[in-house]
Amino acid sequence: MISIQHISKSYKEVQAITDISLEVQKGELFGLIGPDGAGKTTLMRILMTLLIQDEGTATMNGFDVIKDYKKIRNMVGYMPGRFSLYQDLTVEENLNFFATVFKTTVAENYELIRDIYIQIEPFKNRLAGKLSGGMKQKLALSCALIHKPEILILDEPTTGVDAVSRKEFWEMLKNLQQKGITILVSTPYMDEATLCNRVALMQKGKVLDINTPRNLVDGYTRKLYAIRSNDMHCLILDLRSYEKTDSVYAFGQYLHVTGKDDEVEATEFENFLMKKNHENLEVFDIAPTIEDVFMNMMGKGDQLT
Amino acid sequence: MKEKVIEVRNLVKKFGSFVANDHLNFDVYQGEIFGFLGANGAGKTTAMKILCGLSSPTSGEAKVAGFDIYKETEKVKRNIGYMSQKFSLYEDLTVAENIRFFSGVYGISPADRKEKQDKLLKDLGLESAKDSLIGSLPLGWKQKLAFSVAIFHDPKIVFLDEPTGGVDPITRRKFWDLIYEASDRGITVFVTTHYMDEAEYCNRVSIMNAGRIEALDTPENLKKQYSAKNMDEVFLKIAR
Repeated sequence: MISIQHISKSYKEVQAITDISLEVQKGELFGLIGPDGAGKTTLMRILMTLLIQDEGTATMNGFDVIKDYKKIRNMVGYMPGRFSLYQDLTVEENLNFFATVFKTTVAENYELIRDIYIQIEPFKNRLAGKLSGGMKQKLALSCALIHKPEILILDEPTTGVDAVSRKEFWEMLKNLQQKGITILVSTPYMDEATLCNRVALMQKGKVLDINTPRNLVDGYTRKLYAIRSNDMHCLILDLRSYEKTDSVYAFGQYLHVTGKDDEVEATEFENFLMKKNHENLEVFDIAPTIEDVFMNMMGKGDQLT
Repeated sequence: MKEKVIEVRNLVKKFGSFVANDHLNFDVYQGEIFGFLGANGAGKTTAMKILCGLSSPTSGEAKVAGFDIYKETEKVKRNIGYMSQKFSLYEDLTVAENIRFFSGVYGISPADRKEKQDKLLKDLGLESAKDSLIGSLPLGWKQKLAFSVAIFHDPKIVFLDEPTGGVDPITRRKFWDLIYEASDRGITVFVTTHYMDEAEYCNRVSIMNAGRIEALDTPENLKKQYSAKNMDEVFLKIAR
């Protein structure tokens, strides 16, 4: 449904994306996962025909993003990263405006947006600028859907959104997928990768890997330990000072730790830390998350001094 | 008992008939890492603005760094630092120019600045980057510098408003090293975040919902109280 072949784009001397190729299947929920500066927005803007690539080709449902840009614009729904509806129009006026631009009516496609729009309909006479963050997001999604697009492109819809609203938003996306819409969504939250069918892990304009979340996690072959004690900050510092430690990263209430060459046993970490007088020490094997996978792939040269 | 650096009593802020902050009560202690969580629209930003001396409450009392937030807002501002992911340093100024600018804002004399600037650049290993534009630095360095500039005037408290949004997972974790270091030096850290794993790193966490503080305790106690296995679950139970 979306086909991207060797796309590169630079802004003056800054190389935004380098030689990206990927395919999104019809009906797929595909995630671009990566931090700021990974090139997610640039790639989406090229697909949306808002930006022209320096090299490579891309098609959306068979249409070329340069030659057939008018066809693509009619076929795709887009929710940019910044809230870009008319703040001085009401909820209802915004929705009518987008329907009219696409030569349709709200009534004609109401079925598609009903589940989402119904939550903000009680506020339909409120100015869009006066809505809360969660409501703005629902309105933006409704407007992106009002012309019944075949493909939906969402640029970081959950950034700056609280944990509860993020969950609700992903439930809405799953429902839209059920209706046959192909969805390309970007996010800096690694945990959201598990909610996609497939993801591309991106960093600094490059794709590190493309796979299902399951395969990414299964492809992580390192020995990973979860470690905790009463003084977590001290624990981090002690583990970093241990010559057999390779990496130490905080993961909520535990640290995720790898040993040099993956040859360090749990008991070795335990014995070392016992000598440092850690209380309530726990060391056990743990399965990796997508974030472990991502960090393991990140180039060592990108780390801070 | 450690010194209280923030004291809030029955703090109320109304916008017309809308109650953004509904009788907030809490204390924050010296050197504490205090997580200030809540859903979008729960009233966090409103409360932060009041504590930073940028907005006056409708009623109630609060002291920040020992100063009254109605009458002594200028003294409050002198004794706090502020940083967010959206606003930290000027990208089109150099490292040294940014330090000079923020020193001026916080009233550090030029003589003191010189000495402190040299020490800061040395500590961060950024001496060679002194005349580089901020925009040209890697994100990790930028964050380190932004945080150092926010505490350059040795404030009692530093307010961090979503400091790690959109940051890569390694840089995000390194940022928490800086938070721990500041706390070890006795600086109180008041931080908001949407990453629930980061809530686990705080000494205490408050969770706001619809203008009220619904829960306030150590992450450990909150998990017990809500029979949750992590802070994500605690948050979902309170904010849903």
